[in-house]
Amino acid sequence: MKKPFDLNAPYQPATFAFPDKDVVTEIISRYPEGKQQSAVMPLLDLAQRLMGETGATSNPVFGGWIPRAAMDTIAETLGMPKTKVYEVATFYSMYNLAPVGKFLVQVCATSPCWLCGSDKIRKACESKLGIHAGETTKDGMFTLVEVECLGACVNAPMAQINDDFYEDLTEARTIEIIDALASGKQVPAGPQNGRTGSMALSGATTLTDRVKA
Amino acid sequence: MLADQDRIFTNLYGTESFSLDAARSRGDWDNTKDIIAKGPDWIIEEMKKSGLRGRGGAGFPTGMKWSFMPKESPDGRPSYLVINADESEPGTCKDRDILRNDPHKLIEGALIASFAMRAHRCYIYVRGEFFNEASNLNKAIKEAYDAGLLGKNACGSGWDFDLVLHRGAGAYICGEETALIESLEGNKGQPRNKPPFPAMAGLYSCPTTVNNVETIAVVPTILRRGGAWFAGIGPNDKNTGTKLFCISGHVNQPCNVEEAMGIPMKELIEKHCGGVRGGWDNLLCVIPGGSSTPLLTKEACDTVLMDFDSLKALGTGLGTAGLIVMDKSTDVIESIARLAHFYKHESCGQCTPCREGTGWLWRIMTRMVKGDATIEEIDTLQELTKEIEGHTICALGDAAAWPIQCLIKNFRPVLEQRINDYRRKAAA
Repeated sequence: MKKPFDLNAPYQPATFAFPDKDVVTEIISRYPEGKQQSAVMPLLDLAQRLMGETGATSNPVFGGWIPRAAMDTIAETLGMPKTKVYEVATFYSMYNLAPVGKFLVQVCATSPCWLCGSDKIRKACESKLGIHAGETTKDGMFTLVEVECLGACVNAPMAQINDDFYEDLTEARTIEIIDALASGKQVPAGPQNGRTGSMALSGATTLTDRVKA
Repeated sequence: MLADQDRIFTNLYGTESFSLDAARSRGDWDNTKDIIAKGPDWIIEEMKKSGLRGRGGAGFPTGMKWSFMPKESPDGRPSYLVINADESEPGTCKDRDILRNDPHKLIEGALIASFAMRAHRCYIYVRGEFFNEASNLNKAIKEAYDAGLLGKNACGSGWDFDLVLHRGAGAYICGEETALIESLEGNKGQPRNKPPFPAMAGLYSCPTTVNNVETIAVVPTILRRGGAWFAGIGPNDKNTGTKLFCISGHVNQPCNVEEAMGIPMKELIEKHCGGVRGGWDNLLCVIPGGSSTPLLTKEACDTVLMDFDSLKALGTGLGTAGLIVMDKSTDVIESIARLAHFYKHESCGQCTPCREGTGWLWRIMTRMVKGDATIEEIDTLQELTKEIEGHTICALGDAAAWPIQCLIKNFRPVLEQRINDYRRKAAA
């Protein structure tokens, strides 16, 4: 996995600190004594979320990402070499190591979604946002990426926007969702065609006495 | 068809709440203390009787796996149960439904399984993208702690038990058990050489068993209703019980469904998914158990049973039971090329044949989609898959090789025609 990773980029903040030390202590306490390195992933996630909170009210806005200073803070907190933290951060695809849009739109493109038209969904996003996959809109609102299987295959095609899965998409519905998010509205996650979870669209074929569609 | 009273996942679709009260009304946490009182040996024996085979893909007998764990710790090392919820196999989305809609089945199973393996602590590794699913599970874990079902003297059983949720961050390879352990220890998720097997030296070099979510979630029901009940479902004593199937792709109504092991594939698709788009005769092929299992052409799909050994006999596997259905409109070359891209993207980079080979597979496949290749390159492609298969630490290399081998085996004329058409056009 190759990721943009520039330790000396101008957008790197000089310092980073976790505002609530108790949260950090609780995370470390989930793992046995002396094994605090296990906390590196939850702390990277926490740092990314905190940056996202900051970015939501900045001008221009940006989404969650992990600056070098955060990785250095984590290394110090856990007693790990800095390079070890960089190594973990660069390995996993969910850690953003450069600023992203406030809404990170990840369109799944692996075979089950592709069979159901994921290419059309990606193209709809590209033409709506005026960017290609891998790019961010100028206003910092949206980053579009094409990703590998997100694990909602029976609800294909689908996209993940920040923490939420939007499933059973059509091109028109995808554009509506982007419009709504851009204007600050909430859009309920999950299937967008009215079905319940992973149940067949016309209703359950099992447990019909218990399950109402 | 499986009778409704034999279904384990009665809230598969989330039509009821996932909370503790609702879970209790569905029969979860009923006399858990009494099950534990019967002791680890009884539990493992009952699991062996049930014939349950691991639901994560490999299909190893669960009772036997548990029996590999040490009964005592001569050197003071603790034992761990690790639950693999890093569901990332393309075509598979069953564990997601358990995590978000039936988390208490998983939590109760985690307690019982950990007790049977003398583990006081269990980690559940949930794939990072499942944020909402993990937060449901987290709420359920908190409820269980508050109700005294977890923690000191869990459930009044006399067993101290802690359950910890750990979120991944987007790496398919962490579904491989030793990569998952590496990741949980705070490293890059790169698989370890075996031996030592995790039962000897796994998490923090301690005895560890890694089980799939579905495997653990069915445990309480099996123990309540008896191993013999579970073993009585399915075609034979090697392929037993109920199974969650995920059917995606070109069916009229894609869905997840719990069915009996060994259900005919055609029945599964026609009864629960409204059939193949355009009718059964419009079927091209099916990948039967997640992207890592070789595809079956329509002829095989007509009669095959969905169980471990029936699919193995046809050179494929049940895997995770995620069926990817393709109708005759599918460009089968591009479909497999997408999978090649998937494996290239997800290779952890540790073993050279996989790191370099998956890239080459994808690049050649990309040209094959257009037909921009020579006929001889089909053989080069085949040879390349053979250079990867079996030459890597983990099975990702094999999984990258098989779909392409299967494409060449079953659709070589399509590949050749694409190349010839491209050349004819280029010449004109």
